[in-house]
Amino acid sequence: MTLAKVIGSLVATIKHDSYQNRKIMLVKPIAPFGELKSTVMVAVDTVGCGVGDIVLVASEGRSAMEILGFKQRIPLRSIITAIVDRIDYTAVTLKPEQA
Amino acid sequence: MKLARVIGRVWATIKDPKLTGVQLSVIQPVNEKLESMGLPLVAADILNSKENDLVYWVGGAEATFVLPDRQIPSDVSIVGLVDRMDTASS
Repeated sequence: MTLAKVIGSLVATIKHDSYQNRKIMLVKPIAPFGELKSTVMVAVDTVGCGVGDIVLVASEGRSAMEILGFKQRIPLRSIITAIVDRIDYTAVTLKPEQA
Repeated sequence: MKLARVIGRVWATIKDPKLTGVQLSVIQPVNEKLESMGLPLVAADILNSKENDLVYWVGGAEATFVLPDRQIPSDVSIVGLVDRMDTASS
């Protein structure tokens, strides 16, 4: 799973059926100490996150299928599975607002 | 999943029969500022996107599951056409 910061949301009318009625967010992966990486990912929200939150993104199709309750495999890989409150490292504590 | 801009179309007459009826689009991955990121890709496109559309796509094994009745031999598939993008910076 990847730590990422939610930077926005997407609206799409024409999309694959497995994305219907889902909140689709734009997230930017972060490095261990909070600095943003240059890549950007699209992920389906399952926890009700908002812009600015640090979240956990799972990028695996089988887990996405299980969590979203599908019986068959779907063309959907990245889902937001948690909102991070705090990250502890050996010597530092990082709060989401610092990231 | 990632963002991309549709920049073209690929036509192929001789191809795997499982790709029959599936449009192939050339997409350029972009970041949240819509700047190009990396090399263009050819994507299976069941949503019939047009050139210049902003889309999101899925890569890897999941790209084979876009059609309900069959699997297609693709590793990049377009799964949504973006109408609007709201970001914290804009």
